[in-house]
Amino acid sequence: MLTEAYGALSSIPEFGQLALIMAFVVAVFQTVVPLWGVHRNNTLMMAYARPLAAAQALFLLVSLVVLAWCFVVDDFSVTYVATNSNSALPTPFKISAVWGAHEGSLLLWVALLGCWGVAVALFSRSLPLDMLARVLGIMGLISTGFILFTLETSNPFARTLPSVPSEGGDLNPLLQDFGLIVHPPTLYMGYVGLSVVFSFAVAALLGGRLDAAWARWSRPWTTAAWIFLTIGIALGSWWAYYELGWGGWWFWDPVENASLMPWLVATALMHSLAVTEKRGLFKSWTVLLAIIAFSLSLLGTFLVRSGVLTSVHAFASDPERGVFVLALLGICVGGSLLIYALKAPTVASVGRYDWLSRESFLLMNNLLLLVAAFAILLGTLYPLLIDFLGMGKISVGASWFNVMFVPVSVMLTLIIGIGAVSRWKTDQTKRLGRELGLAAVAAPVLGIATPLIVSGELNGQVILGIGIASWLILASLLDVWKKCRGQLQRIPSLSLSFNGMILAHIGVAVTVVGVTMVANYSQEESVRMSVGDSHTLGDYRFEFVEAGQIRGPNYHADAIRFRVYDNDRLIGELMPEKRRYTARGSVMTEAAIDVTLFRDLYVSMGEPLENGAWGMRIQVKPFMRWVWLGTIFMALGGLMAMFDKRYRQPRRSAPSPSAIAEATA
Amino acid sequence: MHPQRKKRLKLILFLVIGFGVAVGLLMYSLSQNINLFQTPTQIANGEVPVGRTIRAGGLVVDGSVQRDEEGLAVTFQVTDGAATVPIHYEGILPDLFREGQGIVALGKLDEHGVIQASEVLAKHDENYMPPEVQDALEQAHEDGKQAMQGASATSSSYSISESIKNDGAY
Repeated sequence: MLTEAYGALSSIPEFGQLALIMAFVVAVFQTVVPLWGVHRNNTLMMAYARPLAAAQALFLLVSLVVLAWCFVVDDFSVTYVATNSNSALPTPFKISAVWGAHEGSLLLWVALLGCWGVAVALFSRSLPLDMLARVLGIMGLISTGFILFTLETSNPFARTLPSVPSEGGDLNPLLQDFGLIVHPPTLYMGYVGLSVVFSFAVAALLGGRLDAAWARWSRPWTTAAWIFLTIGIALGSWWAYYELGWGGWWFWDPVENASLMPWLVATALMHSLAVTEKRGLFKSWTVLLAIIAFSLSLLGTFLVRSGVLTSVHAFASDPERGVFVLALLGICVGGSLLIYALKAPTVASVGRYDWLSRESFLLMNNLLLLVAAFAILLGTLYPLLIDFLGMGKISVGASWFNVMFVPVSVMLTLIIGIGAVSRWKTDQTKRLGRELGLAAVAAPVLGIATPLIVSGELNGQVILGIGIASWLILASLLDVWKKCRGQLQRIPSLSLSFNGMILAHIGVAVTVVGVTMVANYSQEESVRMSVGDSHTLGDYRFEFVEAGQIRGPNYHADAIRFRVYDNDRLIGELMPEKRRYTARGSVMTEAAIDVTLFRDLYVSMGEPLENGAWGMRIQVKPFMRWVWLGTIFMALGGLMAMFDKRYRQPRRSAPSPSAIAEATA
Repeated sequence: MHPQRKKRLKLILFLVIGFGVAVGLLMYSLSQNINLFQTPTQIANGEVPVGRTIRAGGLVVDGSVQRDEEGLAVTFQVTDGAATVPIHYEGILPDLFREGQGIVALGKLDEHGVIQASEVLAKHDENYMPPEVQDALEQAHEDGKQAMQGASATSSSYSISESIKNDGAY
């Protein structure tokens, strides 16, 4: 009877689960064998780290591919597929639905962790074997915890037997979009990439080898994780902007904050690592930052995945997942801080530096970044705390975050300008004055000129925003000019890391310009419109040409065709839609956006009113693209710095016996 | 005390005090910037001062949505089963705004007992009930039951709590 009933079921999902269990077993071995090898000074056992990391990643990828396969072939006997897919869903979205909800996201998370492990195994030929064994062992430990979490509380391969639904519930329409295909994997790459840096730091603590070589190994990995985080956050912002239909690009939503906090700390870490590598200073601070950065990514995972954000009480009534992540978080943070407390006092930073030196400016940059991260942490956790204490339901308004974040960013931007041109150890006010005098004079002028040109009246925020952005751009360019001694053809021969730094800093300035202009000069109106109506906003006239219906693969949509005129010149057509997805009957607003480098025109449909009229939301957003363009510059700058030839020179081809002796001592 | 220890102690004291002051300032500014959620019952009982920004929410009462003929102004009522509160809003309502749906509005109470909303939120998922609204409804339901000695709980509050159970996404 049973075989008859289940005969038609494929057993492919079980292979996925089996692969995941295998990955778990391999992860346990990856933790125990290399670390035991280090302890016993057994080279063979240490050498197992690399193949085990590869095997673990392989099993995880098989598991991930199997889950994707279940989605593609509509295997609704798998509960996760049945809840998050539908046979009418286009195939690319079926694949991205893998990470559309909790279980699959976690599987993706551990699979990416496996990939980072392989990357470490592949690109660390220069690393002493005992160090590599420790790093991969610690990564194996993290993997063990999270695979166990997936298997125990969030198995994506669980079946809905015996009654298999004939149709799936559909993927949340918000997530049926290109942005969701790319945003979570990129962000997760960043989160998980910080585990590499974390493992490097803990391994160095364990081995008592917090030196310039350790900093040099850690730098490209930190930068790599940071690049993914940067792009991931920017993609999330861009997706929210066009997909949520109201033109906001940052909401200080807890989920966004969860990604911004590790980014801020990772940024601090990158700069602190530079000091540790070049000057042998800030060693314990750098290690602490590495621990904090990864802890904050774990905290982000906890906040997003435990359901604690939806409701503290929902979390309390079904605490299994939350408690598990909290336990993992506790073990990671507690364990690493314990090792830190035991080992850090033995780490001495040698060397001195003056108040006026690159070290000091980088220290200030670090402190400001941490203050920003801490303020965001407080604003994110405060409502949870109040709710937990039963003191009411509150929300912290965006205005609070702005009040905290903006002054810190302003100070930060000013300091980047000075810090990047200042010298190690000690510097003179006079010399800095000579280098930056021009920028210091020109920046306020540009700041004051901009609002006068744009709107004809002064605006404090614009003066400040454009002022500091101009300051940073000019200071960076003057630095390049000086370094290439006035001959621009020499720029490519400057080091990649220097050019990368300049590009990333200019990226910060570009984002500041974008944020300032969008925040101050956006125009938005909600109007009632019907066929033939025109509405003018700023220089632009929006004409409602016709309304009609569109049939998509899994939705029906009302659509409106607009003609847009710049004064009286036709510049294009826009067609916003209001979609109704048939599987769940959910309604989605698809905004239509006309993009140029200097402004976005944003049109989205509100609700239908009587007589064929619609409530329309029309927006003109100047310099919107600059917000994300700046992040692209930052990421490219990071990429250039990462590929600096310094990191590619093999330092040591094999572990020296003294290193091992020292490590095991 | 050893002079170096003294120096270190001073530094630590300085850091602790600095950190304390910073946290204090942050907490103070937080307390000025939070928006408390208020249930229709609390608003009807006059527990909410006029002119203060609050978040209020409940189920949109069937048949209560009245639109302006010309512009985008709209007035509707929300309920937690025990009390109802009128909300006035001008602008585009979210996709999932429907009668019977749970919503949260950010706004201020005016002298006439109407909430002038600057923002109306309904999450982008028809299964989703804003947790505050859920709690408010359950609270009102509990109070109602106690008042009626559990014997003759009104059918309306029952049907509301039933609909929440069906809607509950968690």
